[in-house]
Amino acid sequence: MSRELVFSRFERFWHWAQALLVIFMMLTGFEVHGSYTLLGYEQASDLHRTLAWVLIGLWILAIFWHFTTGEWRQYLPTTQNLMAVVKYYTVGIFHAGVEHPFKKTRRAKHNPLQRLAYLFLKLAINPLLWITGLLYLFYNDWPALGLGGLSLGPVAGIHLVGAYAMLVFVIAHVYMSAFTAHPAFAYLKGMITGYEEVED
Amino acid sequence: MIERAAVRALLPTLVFFGLVWPVWSAETTQSDESTADHSKFEALQQEFASGPEVTKACLTCHTEASKQLHKTTHWTWAFDNPVNGQELGKKNVINNFCVATATNWPRCTSCHIGYGWKDDSFDLTSEEAVDCLVCHDTTGSYKKYPTGAGHPAYEDKTFPPNNPKGKMFKKVDLKKVAQSVGKTSRATCGACHFYGGGGDGVKHGHLDSSMKNPDKNLDVHMDKDGLNFTCTTCHTTGSHEVAGSRYLTKAVDRRGIVIPGRSDVRASCESCHGMAPHESDDKLNDHTDKVACESCHIPQFARGGRKTKMWWDWSTAGKKNAKGKPLVTKDADGYDVYHGKKGDFVWEENVVPEYYWFDGNMRYTLLGETIDDTSVVQINSFGGGPDDANSRIWPFKVMRGKQPYDKVEKILAIPHLFGKDEAAFWKSFDWDKALEAGLMARGVKYSGQHGFVETEYYWPVTHMVAPKDQSVACNECHSNNGRLENLRGFYLPGRDEFPLISRIGWWLVLLTLLGVLGHALIRIFFWIRER
Ligand code: HEM
Repeated sequence: MSRELVFSRFERFWHWAQALLVIFMMLTGFEVHGSYTLLGYEQASDLHRTLAWVLIGLWILAIFWHFTTGEWRQYLPTTQNLMAVVKYYTVGIFHAGVEHPFKKTRRAKHNPLQRLAYLFLKLAINPLLWITGLLYLFYNDWPALGLGGLSLGPVAGIHLVGAYAMLVFVIAHVYMSAFTAHPAFAYLKGMITGYEEVED
Repeated sequence: MIERAAVRALLPTLVFFGLVWPVWSAETTQSDESTADHSKFEALQQEFASGPEVTKACLTCHTEASKQLHKTTHWTWAFDNPVNGQELGKKNVINNFCVATATNWPRCTSCHIGYGWKDDSFDLTSEEAVDCLVCHDTTGSYKKYPTGAGHPAYEDKTFPPNNPKGKMFKKVDLKKVAQSVGKTSRATCGACHFYGGGGDGVKHGHLDSSMKNPDKNLDVHMDKDGLNFTCTTCHTTGSHEVAGSRYLTKAVDRRGIVIPGRSDVRASCESCHGMAPHESDDKLNDHTDKVACESCHIPQFARGGRKTKMWWDWSTAGKKNAKGKPLVTKDADGYDVYHGKKGDFVWEENVVPEYYWFDGNMRYTLLGETIDDTSVVQINSFGGGPDDANSRIWPFKVMRGKQPYDKVEKILAIPHLFGKDEAAFWKSFDWDKALEAGLMARGVKYSGQHGFVETEYYWPVTHMVAPKDQSVACNECHSNNGRLENLRGFYLPGRDEFPLISRIGWWLVLLTLLGVLGHALIRIFFWIRER
């Protein structure tokens, strides 16, 4: 075991910026949807549309980073150890002394469950949001773009599906990463400082 | 000392420029623009006994004026809708105010730009019968007598006549009025258009006497201390033809901003502002294809302190007071809420419009058309919808009421209201006689049986444009129970819901929360037990 830099400076910046943006996107998005009134429709919608560009910019940057550094491999799904991890979170975790079956290394910093969850986020939830979001943004240009056959209802509906999926992900993710580590808050600290204990 | 001297010198200068100069400059502009002083014209240096005599004098120089006016709706009161072929105009349509012009001519034609339209024999080709003064008076002293078939008072007269409590109409000084003629103004157009439906603000709700000298809050364009537009600034004229028509509206005007060299007329917001008028907010410009300017920029109508009539129920007319005179009941503000001659009224102020998709093409329920008396009859209707590129969401004043119809023939009926004869409703209060005479005048036989049917009349709202900080805010439509609550058939963000997605969505969110919470509780439970 050694303490090593697991999350580079860029990765930490990307993670927290994304976290902040996603929280604001959800807050403003559900207000636009009419779920509650917080900032007022105009403010919410303005902010949602502005932050959407920031978020997309960040996503593009992150995609670029993942491919140039090869870090995208961290998300390749695997079944090896998967059931053990599931069993750990459903049974083992309740008992003191049961260790996490997954041993983090620098080459594989996400456990198989994490890999699946993050891959789903990156390949399903995010694209769903930004494809429908971009369509939504350019609603007025649909005829010019040859998309005159689309109608806003379904686009907004699918965007909304993405939003609920994002909310579910965020709740589960916050719990798992902030509250299930041993010692307490170790994962959280890791994402802040960048350093974590890893197997050699 | 120096300061005080400066003040002493400055003060008169300020007073001059602050008080005197604006008045002086305002007074000079009108006459400055014209190259003619009508008081110097020989033709006008005479005493005139009647309006037509003045017109004769006008025509000696303005040789083509009457011929031009004869072609206008202002004169003919007839409008052939080129889109649907309907014959409209005041002469033809039925409304739910005083219903129709037929047989009531001398009363109605006090708002005709002519003299003497007192019955069907009126000669629409007479050049002298055109009333130049009602539009071109600048003295404010020229008023048509309410029952004078378009003539002003040639001697001191009250209205109602011979009633000491009535409103005084002074003998008009035709010579003075003729010598001071000038351009039309809010006051001259307003003399008729503010009083449609028989009284101040009754009909339109966005045109009433408060628009004579409005402030900026009431109308940004006509603001007397600001832009000070007159009606013809937008309703441009040429050959006495005035731009803009309620019968045939351009619901979307994509012709672009009117610049010299283009023969198009103004009268639409877009003809000055274009289709992308919001400089700092693209999202607002994104709305102009579907939402008429008026929908956001006229947050309420009847905002000038005058109420407008929203409901008129003819079926209750006829009640008399103890003296045998028509019963009149007024509200706290002095508006008739019941009049024995006319029935029950509802008046409203600061009214939020109703919104509908509108393609600009008005279709009327005309005399003789079969109506469905089991439901509300639409006096006028129009096309339009979210998928029609030539329609937009427009604000409307919807005038509702109950009016007489022929129960057997199932057609809207026309009452003969005004007159000294026995058939006139305002004389004998006998519906059958009044309807027989009214319908007869238009060549329709009355079955002898009448009823009252509820009707709706849609008036696009276009005036009383508020300052931009008072325009309708986003959330007033993008919300539940907002202004567009009843306008369906398209997806409106912030209002529309996907019940299934949201039900499943919130359940999943809830289950996730419960799962996380349960997981944490079980951990705490074991942690305490195993310690
Ligand atoms: C975490 C990410 C996001 C969440 C949770 C989210 C959520 C939402 C929700 C719930 C709505 C309301 C939909 C409706 O009721 O019609 C909405 C609207 C919208 N979203 Fe998103 N969204 C996200 C990302 C994006 C992105 C990346 C874009 C653009 C690429 C975008 C563009 C829009 C637009 C244009 C609207 C319509 C709002 C308006 O017209 O102002 N969203 N969003």
